[in-house]
Amino acid sequence: MLEQQIVNGVMLGSVYALVAVAFTLAIGVLNFLNFSIPGLFMLAGMLTWFALKSGLPWPLAALLALASGGLLALLVERFTYRLMKHSAHFVPLVTSMAFLILFENLVLIAWGSDLQRVPVPFASVSVTIGSAVVAVPQLIGLGCAVIAVASLDQVLRRTRVGRGLRTIAEDPDTAALLGVPVERVVPVVFVVGGLFTALGGFLFAINYQQASPFMGEEIALKGISAMVIGGMGNIWGAILGGLLIGVIETFSIHWFGARAVDIGVYGVLLAILFVRPTGILGGAIRQARM
Amino acid sequence: MSGYLESVLVLLAINMILAYAAFLPMVAGQLNLGVAAFVAIGAYSGGYASTALGMPPVAASLAGLCVAAALGWIVAFPVLRTRGIYLALATFALNQVVQGTILNLDVVGGAAGYPVAAHIGFPIIAAFTLGVVVLMLALFHTRFGISVTAVSDDERVADVMGLSVRGLQSAAFTLGAALAGLAGALYAHHFNYIEAQNYGVLFSIYIVLYVLLGGTQTVYGPILGAAVFTLLPELLRGSAAWRYVIFACLIIAIMSLRPQGVVTGALLRRLTRQ
Repeated sequence: MLEQQIVNGVMLGSVYALVAVAFTLAIGVLNFLNFSIPGLFMLAGMLTWFALKSGLPWPLAALLALASGGLLALLVERFTYRLMKHSAHFVPLVTSMAFLILFENLVLIAWGSDLQRVPVPFASVSVTIGSAVVAVPQLIGLGCAVIAVASLDQVLRRTRVGRGLRTIAEDPDTAALLGVPVERVVPVVFVVGGLFTALGGFLFAINYQQASPFMGEEIALKGISAMVIGGMGNIWGAILGGLLIGVIETFSIHWFGARAVDIGVYGVLLAILFVRPTGILGGAIRQARM
Repeated sequence: MSGYLESVLVLLAINMILAYAAFLPMVAGQLNLGVAAFVAIGAYSGGYASTALGMPPVAASLAGLCVAAALGWIVAFPVLRTRGIYLALATFALNQVVQGTILNLDVVGGAAGYPVAAHIGFPIIAAFTLGVVVLMLALFHTRFGISVTAVSDDERVADVMGLSVRGLQSAAFTLGAALAGLAGALYAHHFNYIEAQNYGVLFSIYIVLYVLLGGTQTVYGPILGAAVFTLLPELLRGSAAWRYVIFACLIIAIMSLRPQGVVTGALLRRLTRQ
């Protein structure tokens, strides 16, 4: 029973982790809390539902979801980061929230507010590890999440773009002086964040077989908590935080009932913020501009 | 006055109080994403005071204000230890915890919502709003307004100039919580039914948007922001979803063209110059 709860928590947590990585990238590099992420997550989930319902094969559904995440993230970048340098620090946050409202309501208009059932593209297969039952699609999802983050980590460490990103994270002005093409590197953060978010939305829709216009909100709030708990700006911290939140959530439900979940999850977040605001894997607090 | 018109005017009045509830911490440099938590606390404690304790509704609303202010003052201590984005996230987490707690409180109906019997009509709510607006205008013409702005402009310099930085920050946070509590209690007594589900982080975000749309540079910004946010969706006919689409596009456009908000100090000077 205990093992099963942990497995469920880790599976749920892998979705939170993907969203947390998107948040932590935007915060770590641009110092920007990107509130359009729940909108991108939801759009990916709803597009997955729509594509599968229309009879498209699942790889095409995945492609559609990922493409929407990347492209819309670029659109958000035009109206947020581009404006950021010449305006007060809260403006991008506000604009990204407006994008969330926009996406949610456009989906409401297109498909209504119902919770949609996502048709499962493959027969449910599961393996038994110890006493816990693990669904194979979920396991593959977890694998995808880990691979995606590991490759992002390598990109940040080893490539030219990754070096540019790390320089911008230190100081955007100095980065520009040193010849980093800031205007061209910054969109990368948004696109990568959008892709991670969309992957999360796709995996959530497939694994939990549901999608709704508001599915992004709760997941994103948990993703933000995961980011803080793991340490802002640290992608492995986001993974750790995501898995932790997933496990805390399933155990809160198991022990105290579904209604106590928020107190458990956000109580831990509050405690971490008050006691160790840098999170578990975070370094020294960066002077946040906000 | 038709029922529809009255409820729009009541919402307008309450939203103006809410806008100041978010404005106060914001001018002190705090992005409070937990305003809805204090609205909920005010609504529930005010509703409880009149329904279960039999207090007259206006006194119960003031009780709601006091409970929200007291809680605001207490949580200001740990919350103000954080700053910047961490403060925004701490208030956000606080919002979720308060909402979760109320959902689990069976005394006030838990997830089923809480009916409040006593009623407060539009004139009293309008009087409260007028009082709050006058108080804010007065407050920002005193030393307090200048000092709070100084703290948000540069904490260290304000400290060196002899201002009590922590005290001002805590005062702004607590006053904001008090106003949020008042707005919540008035809402509970006018619409006679409250649900904890409505007081989530998204509601807090909406309140913050009122203020940012109107502009944070002057004390008049929140009035305009709240008015636009309340009346525009009513004026735009069509389904609720389309209203929000137009509304979101407007915010994106306004923030792109006029990131400091609609009402700024410079605009006011230009308008009042002879």
